[in-house]
Amino acid sequence: MAELQFREAIRAAIDEEMAQDEDIFVMGEEVAEYDGAYKVTEGLLDKYGSKRMIDTPISELGFAGIGVGAAMNGLRPIVEFMTFNFAVLAADQIINHASKVKYMTGGQVNVPIVFRGPNASAGQLSATHSVSYDAMYAHFPGLKVIYTSEPADAKGLLKSAIRDDNPVLFMESEQMYGLKGEVPEEDDFTIPIGKAKVKREGGDVTVVAHGKMYHVATQAAQKLAKDGGVEVEIIDPRTVKPLDIETIVKSIKKTNRCVIVDEAHPFGGLAAEVGYLIQREAFDYLDAPVQRVTLPDTNAPFAKNLFDEWLPSPDQVIDAINTVTYRK
Amino acid sequence: MADKKKETEEVTFTPTGTGIRTNGEIIRSTELPEPTDKKHDELGLSDDDVIDMYDQMYLQRRFEERAMQMYQKGKFGGFLHLYMGQEAISTGTAYALNDDDDIITAYRDHGWGLVRGVSPKEGMAELYGKETGCSNGKGGSMHFANIEEHFWGGYGIVGGHIPLGGGIAFANKYKQNGRVTACFLGDGAVPQGALHETMNMSQNWGLPCIYAVENNGYAMGTAVHRHSTGEIVDRADGFDMKKMVMNGMDVFTVYEKMKEIATDIRENSQPWFVEIRTYRYRGHSMSDPMKYRTKEELEEYEKLDPVERMKNYLLDEDIIDEDKVEEIKSSVEDTVMEAIEFAEESDYPEKEALYDHMFAEDDYPFHT
Ligand SMILES: Cc1ncc(C[n+]2csc(CCOP(=O)(O)OP(=O)(O)O)c2C)c(N)n1
Repeated sequence: MAELQFREAIRAAIDEEMAQDEDIFVMGEEVAEYDGAYKVTEGLLDKYGSKRMIDTPISELGFAGIGVGAAMNGLRPIVEFMTFNFAVLAADQIINHASKVKYMTGGQVNVPIVFRGPNASAGQLSATHSVSYDAMYAHFPGLKVIYTSEPADAKGLLKSAIRDDNPVLFMESEQMYGLKGEVPEEDDFTIPIGKAKVKREGGDVTVVAHGKMYHVATQAAQKLAKDGGVEVEIIDPRTVKPLDIETIVKSIKKTNRCVIVDEAHPFGGLAAEVGYLIQREAFDYLDAPVQRVTLPDTNAPFAKNLFDEWLPSPDQVIDAINTVTYRK
Repeated sequence: MADKKKETEEVTFTPTGTGIRTNGEIIRSTELPEPTDKKHDELGLSDDDVIDMYDQMYLQRRFEERAMQMYQKGKFGGFLHLYMGQEAISTGTAYALNDDDDIITAYRDHGWGLVRGVSPKEGMAELYGKETGCSNGKGGSMHFANIEEHFWGGYGIVGGHIPLGGGIAFANKYKQNGRVTACFLGDGAVPQGALHETMNMSQNWGLPCIYAVENNGYAMGTAVHRHSTGEIVDRADGFDMKKMVMNGMDVFTVYEKMKEIATDIRENSQPWFVEIRTYRYRGHSMSDPMKYRTKEELEEYEKLDPVERMKNYLLDEDIIDEDKVEEIKSSVEDTVMEAIEFAEESDYPEKEALYDHMFAEDDYPFHT
């Protein structure tokens, strides 16, 4: 095992894949000469040159589409968005083109492309820079969506995403880039897309949390274990789509209770979907209605106190756990 | 079948190279045009006007210098994009336009707010995220706004506000109210599709709007020649739009040209595309190591400082003396320090304010 920062794990995945496949290139704003807005791609220009590390203008729609076209024509682009908040401008290329070309042409062409970058909020950046987009893209058939929480998952899943012959959205977080974690050093370490992971075992309640919210859930679980004797089982879906509902259901059959933590708005998000699936697959096993902790149904405010109120917190998770365990 | 190209040449895509000059030579879209040689009275400005302009420029500068210090002390968070170096553009434009002409810009917006009626107190309080801020603490640095005084705000999605500028102009033409809209954008927004779509409709529909690029040489760490091809101002040609390049380090130039353009628009209801060349003294935001430009380049532009230039004009023309300069500076300093005190003493918004300003009605049933 090696201890890597999140950004180093992502860089290692890109680097290893680029080293073994000439058709892989990286494209995005400030990825090359600036070494990446968040230093994820640092050093890769020196190693791979300006043919394979491409700085783009601020033209999200255009460069996402150039990526899709290049993927159709035999290359394997990794397109970086400075955040997925700016990928909204590229949504036409992702939703109308990347996800549909293969289907529309009766399977004549694959679109092996990775769109990656930070998702959701990163502190007080106000309304246009703080939205979580994983569930929105997961809504559309033809796209795979990954939003990881720890360096090892990031490395293993990004390598799989780059090798995947389909369009994959791979999401990170500005606030997690410096986070350190153990990453297996084995040659060619990969994690299959579509597999959740039980990250903490416990018998009292299942908490489903991914991305940045995994860490919020972990804090809540640690606090509860210390003060209240409630043992939380945490499941990190890692891949939003395809979603590994079996692992979640298996856990609920043991704990009979579930809280979903999601850094998205409540309407139609991952929490809504997982909640539905649980009632369909595990209705008879539930001892309490499934609860969720999400953002409120409002835009992101700038003011520090409002922002802290807006973002899901460990205390809110504890409240929800107390509700499903009837401890309050 | 055509022959295949040989695979021997090295393939490149994005142009490379640091700075806006290579071997001393200016690359593209960065050569400063000559400033106007007219004196203030020839431009129809009184002594009081120009003193006021200096006061305003110095306020923008000092407000940001102090804001930067407060940010570094950890008094507030979020992004802080400083406008320092570009104050001649906000000031020259605001004086050239009528008070009910409309202005909209991107996120580098402090100077624009201050010149359009956001008080230093409301501005500083917004940076601190206090309820007394110009946007009630909801927006922060990127979203100063004073819509009552026709400043429609700063916007954080690069290029996103350009069609809004077109729409404001559309409404003005629709209502036949004679107002001109000035929509400012960075050079980095020039490659966004939104600009080109909006320019096409604006020309075809005769919208009374100035699309003004504040070309400060860089979009974050990318020099203008690395992100845009040709001369920026020539974008206008494809739409048959009137165009102009001007010196943005000299407030009189901006004043003179913007006035001419606004007059033309009022007469003819046709848009203009304007490139105003300037320079940003600070990093893109507070976390920018600035490796993409040289110290020498920065120093060269610091010699052209628009605020100093204005001060020297006032002194050289004997409009004011050194004592008066000091008086203005210390009064501005007091204003800024009071603004900081005001911001620090103001309250954060109430918790319930999270749900304010989402919808027109105040009993909207929020989803839970
Ligand atoms: C659509 C979009 N893409 C990327 C960004 C990130 N970003 C913010 S400012 C900026 C550079 C813009 O440069 P320019 O337009 O020249 O304005 P300046 O900073 O020089 O005032 C970038 C890439 C963004 N805010 N929105």
